[in-house]
Amino acid sequence: MSSCHQDSPSIGLLPNPNIPIPRTTPGSPGQREITVAIVGPPNSGKSTLFNRLTGLRQKVANFPGVTVEHRSGLAKLKDRHPVTLVDLPGVYSLEPRSEDERVSHDVLRGAMPGTPKPDAIILILDSTNLGRHLVLAAPIISLGLPTLVLLNMADDLALRGGSVDVAQLAADLGAPVALISAAKGTGVDGIQQFLVATAVSLTAPKRPRVELPVLQDVPKCRQWATKLGESAAYRPPAPPLWTRRLDAVFLHPVAGPLVFVAVVVAVFQSIFSWAKPIMDGLTSLVGITGHWIGAQLPDNLFRSLLIDGIWSGVGAVVVFLPQILLLFLFIGILEDSGYLARAALIADRTMAKFGLQGKSFIPLLSAYACAVPAIMATRVIENKRDRTATMLIAPLMTCSARLPVYTLIIAAFVPNLPILGGVFSLPAATMLSLYVLGFLAAVLTARLLKSTVLKSRSTALVLEMPPYRWPTVRSLSLRVVDRGRVFLHRAGTVILLVAVVMWALEHLPMKHGKSPDIEHSYVGMVGKAVEPAIKPLGFNWKIGVGLITSLAAREVIVGTLGTIYGVGEGESGGLQTAVRRDLSPAGAVALLVFFAFALQCFSTIAVIKRETGGWKWPIAQFSYMLALAYVGALAAYRITGHFWH
Amino acid sequence: MNFKKSLASQVNGGGPVDGRHEARTLADLRMGERGILDRLDLPEDLARRLMELGFLPGHEIIPARRAPGGGPRVFRVDGSEVALRRDTAARLYLRAKSSRSDT
Repeated sequence: MSSCHQDSPSIGLLPNPNIPIPRTTPGSPGQREITVAIVGPPNSGKSTLFNRLTGLRQKVANFPGVTVEHRSGLAKLKDRHPVTLVDLPGVYSLEPRSEDERVSHDVLRGAMPGTPKPDAIILILDSTNLGRHLVLAAPIISLGLPTLVLLNMADDLALRGGSVDVAQLAADLGAPVALISAAKGTGVDGIQQFLVATAVSLTAPKRPRVELPVLQDVPKCRQWATKLGESAAYRPPAPPLWTRRLDAVFLHPVAGPLVFVAVVVAVFQSIFSWAKPIMDGLTSLVGITGHWIGAQLPDNLFRSLLIDGIWSGVGAVVVFLPQILLLFLFIGILEDSGYLARAALIADRTMAKFGLQGKSFIPLLSAYACAVPAIMATRVIENKRDRTATMLIAPLMTCSARLPVYTLIIAAFVPNLPILGGVFSLPAATMLSLYVLGFLAAVLTARLLKSTVLKSRSTALVLEMPPYRWPTVRSLSLRVVDRGRVFLHRAGTVILLVAVVMWALEHLPMKHGKSPDIEHSYVGMVGKAVEPAIKPLGFNWKIGVGLITSLAAREVIVGTLGTIYGVGEGESGGLQTAVRRDLSPAGAVALLVFFAFALQCFSTIAVIKRETGGWKWPIAQFSYMLALAYVGALAAYRITGHFWH
Repeated sequence: MNFKKSLASQVNGGGPVDGRHEARTLADLRMGERGILDRLDLPEDLARRLMELGFLPGHEIIPARRAPGGGPRVFRVDGSEVALRRDTAARLYLRAKSSRSDT
């Protein structure tokens, strides 16, 4: 497949005339492994281009020592030229001040361990905002690497009556320049040709005709960019009319907040109601296949490990996948369309009351589904202290893993009585109050953090309002698939390990070649050992075992209690009766409160450790939430005990 | 890191030094009123970030919208729209001359 003498890489597609193709020197080796870095300011369409060029052949990783995420992937090219693309964080300059800038700076200079120095650079700029975006061309061109300059959103530029002389700009910069639309895919063939040509034979960049600014300070670079734009007869586009019309509604004093609330409710409602049937389906699928596989295997320890340990343990997490995917679909639509920036703007005033800012809003909303993606979503917050505070309070939001526990306990203890004249039922009101409880704890914790350890002199909100755009199916589906993969991988590996360990502890020590009752297993012993500590909360050792196993993931307690009481997970009625026998009403309320506050989730702890770059925060957070849970449950037990026997 | 160090603009001050407290800021602009930025009195990191977004001395800035409920305001600057909180906007000083209303 390595025929490089085929000169036109894509027959039937016209090569983009704006991108000069470096000639293949006769007898060149043809295949070289090369790395091309994609650089651009935020909102320039960098990731869209990256996705366009790599498809699903990409992986996400963190650079060593920093919390900046980066993606790399093989370019989809004819003849499988081995070109690796690296998507760098969005930056306006290469001065290594912020973490993002330092990463870009280090990668481009070959100073990033584990990442080879790029052989070429693709610089992507927003053509509708060229004056400001061209500023980045100065430090990039002066690196002296072969560079392709892409002016993205060419369709938008043309539509709004702007124009630029591409040939002149290319001559001035000494680098090939092309107008493209990464979202529509216009001009992408040309980029692929550039990549193939670079892979085949590297061409030394020409010296730029314009003098590069010596001092890389912002005003100087901006003046340089203006001059460059004037030379290339850049005519900026007319203001985005539709964006202004839409903002007149979405940021309207009355309509704006109404739309905002409607959007939040719709997202919230759909991640629960739409995902529920799929999740129920998956749950029973996991159960049925587990039974089926179990029936095919001889009754031995291996079957028990496979079915009771791995299958149901991992299955319990996989069940949450539809909800996570749906959540990312909605966040994708909101982000790609540009509404997210408006939502953050509207939420800012409220968030400011808790010492946070508008950009914390989306992660906290996501945390109602699952804290893991929420913590990953905090990356949009530049202020490190705000970001840490948001990460620390996210697990207090009522995530969906708490629902199986809440459902079981409420169904077992709370009578189905109508309240408020039949508008609400008592179980629904209980559920709602648990949501409120988690939210209040989160908000008060944020206040506490922001006025003590995470105090910052002033929280500045600097929020760019991008023009509204139609989200493309392509970018949405890529994002959903990608995030789903990340979730399954991260949560799945941890959960798998924990499931195996838990299973082992439940089935050991062996006596006469047989597993002991749960009461005499290691888990049971631990449950007995913690019983004195949890007795004041109204819990016995069985609940204690549930609390311990649920350290892995909250919903695991339901399965554990099922095992202890010897009832299948499917027979919820049996489990309810069993729990009711063992737990007083006050103890049930205490258990609910405990689950509302405690950080029982290995995946969350692992993600926080990764994102904060150490064990300090996850340990502090785990201890804080455990203390909160214990004190809260104790108070709940005492208070409820007075009224409800 | 460098929160204490303030960055007064290098580019010509324009206004009298003692009249600092009288100088108008971005926060004083009415909706749709044009202002020319004179200097940024902000910690260096933040000032730099704002300059990269177009808040440069000599550039024209127009407040375009207010967040519903009186939160941050959206400013039109250098071909894009950027939202800032009031306390940040109040640290961006305007040139005295061009603070005339233009509607």
